[in-house]
Amino acid sequence: MDHFPTNWGNPRSEDVDSYNTYPVASHSGTVPHSVRQIAGFGHAAGHPTSHTQQPVVTGTSVLGIKYNGGVMMAADNLASYGSLARFRDVERLHQVADFTVLGASGDMSDYQYVKHLLDSQMIKEYNADDGHTLATPNIYEYLWRVMYNRRSKMNPLWNTFVLGGVHKGEGFLGAIDLKGTPYQSPSIATGFGSHLAQPILRKEIENRGGEENITEEDAAQILKKCMKVLFYRDARSMNKFQLARISAEGVKISEPMSVETEWAFAEKIRGYGA
Amino acid sequence: MTSRLQQTKGGFNFDNHVRNTMMEGKGMGIPKATKTGTTIVGLIYKDGLVLGADTRATAGPIVADKNCEKIHYLAPNMYCCGAGTAADTEMTTALISSQLELHRLSTGRQARVVTAMTMLKQMLFKYQGQIGAALILGGVDINGPHLYTIYPHGSTDKLPYVTMGSGSLAAMSVFESRYKPDLSREEGISLVQEAIEAGIFNDLGSGSNVDVVVINSEKVEVLRNYAKPNERGVKEASYKYQKGTTEILKTSIRDLVDIKETVNIHTPEAMDIS
Repeated sequence: MDHFPTNWGNPRSEDVDSYNTYPVASHSGTVPHSVRQIAGFGHAAGHPTSHTQQPVVTGTSVLGIKYNGGVMMAADNLASYGSLARFRDVERLHQVADFTVLGASGDMSDYQYVKHLLDSQMIKEYNADDGHTLATPNIYEYLWRVMYNRRSKMNPLWNTFVLGGVHKGEGFLGAIDLKGTPYQSPSIATGFGSHLAQPILRKEIENRGGEENITEEDAAQILKKCMKVLFYRDARSMNKFQLARISAEGVKISEPMSVETEWAFAEKIRGYGA
Repeated sequence: MTSRLQQTKGGFNFDNHVRNTMMEGKGMGIPKATKTGTTIVGLIYKDGLVLGADTRATAGPIVADKNCEKIHYLAPNMYCCGAGTAADTEMTTALISSQLELHRLSTGRQARVVTAMTMLKQMLFKYQGQIGAALILGGVDINGPHLYTIYPHGSTDKLPYVTMGSGSLAAMSVFESRYKPDLSREEGISLVQEAIEAGIFNDLGSGSNVDVVVINSEKVEVLRNYAKPNERGVKEASYKYQKGTTEILKTSIRDLVDIKETVNIHTPEAMDIS
């Protein structure tokens, strides 16, 4: 309704669609001149083709550390919808083959799609029936190729994946981001973890003189310490997470657990200054 | 007809804003301010407080100063670490330091930390965040040790341990894992050193050395370059050529100026005084 009395009495203008009576990709308010324009056909009015460029339901950091005899990973059970803690029982650590675990941060729908892709690959391998199963470095290379290809088509899978496993007695730990950048290291942390947890992980490895000197209990303790710091300082995290251990015996993903947190210091704080 | 007196306006003068944006669009932007791109920390221990800072000043991707001082003197019992635009932190702390001295002379008492905090926050708020100074103010006064963070827009926090700057997450991860109340002096200094080193090694905007200042009710210790974990390696060989490496085949000396001295003996005539 036009609330200005001075505008009453004139015939309604056809070139302004103020009540969204028909779907137009970008509501500039102008009348579309053809059906093609209404339907969109992948184009926003006047713009080149574009695809989803922002993640919707997201997971935060994934951590990984190599230890003597294997690899350990950690990720919390939260999938956020912006600032809403939407899904609080999501398993972001996923076993792929006998000795591989995939951890996902970023868009959860793309993670589910990648899980489907990996399942298909595993089935293909099984059908080939040649005595081989996909090992961690193989899955890593496949994942890297998928991510880089999508990035080259300007339609990325909005994730940073962490792949941990054991291959030929050695631990394997690497990450691949949405641009297809692969990166292997004794310690891995994605998202906020790269700022908050990576310094701790690197210092722990340095203090012990290398990942061969970290025991399984040490690795769990280090990861729990990092998850505590992340819960304190990452506003999109949750104090409920899982640890995944991959060793020569296989993969074990723990039940959800939480860390003790201290809040007693708050009693001494009054106001913000004066 | 009375002339209208110009009222003094607070804050910055934005008359050139339109012209500046036009120039920037044409490629002639303003020179980038030297940012400290920093790691600064402060913590309260049993008898007082410890402040720490790295010593790298950056101008974009270039290190402008390898060993600058980021812990500024405010009063005999107060020091202030500064992150953000180097000129802003320097001039803001110098201004408030001089205002504090006048205040001290006027009141005849030792200045309180909350006074400095109020002066700083009121000035920064007046400039609506245009002064890019993010400060950690620490000092000991009649009411004990106090530690404040002051943000460029003028908000403050009063906390037992704080970090600021681009390396603040790396430093905070160290504090969150290991801080506890009532630390000893050695533990406090050691924790501050580790936090700054986490920033130095994991953040590209921080680097070089660790500066520490310890303040308690009796004395202030300024420990400039407390740790130097990035000392340049001693060169193994000297690149200086020994005298005689280049053989002298011929020597010829030619004067460029011919010096001829002639002495004219001239008997002066007596002055005519008639």
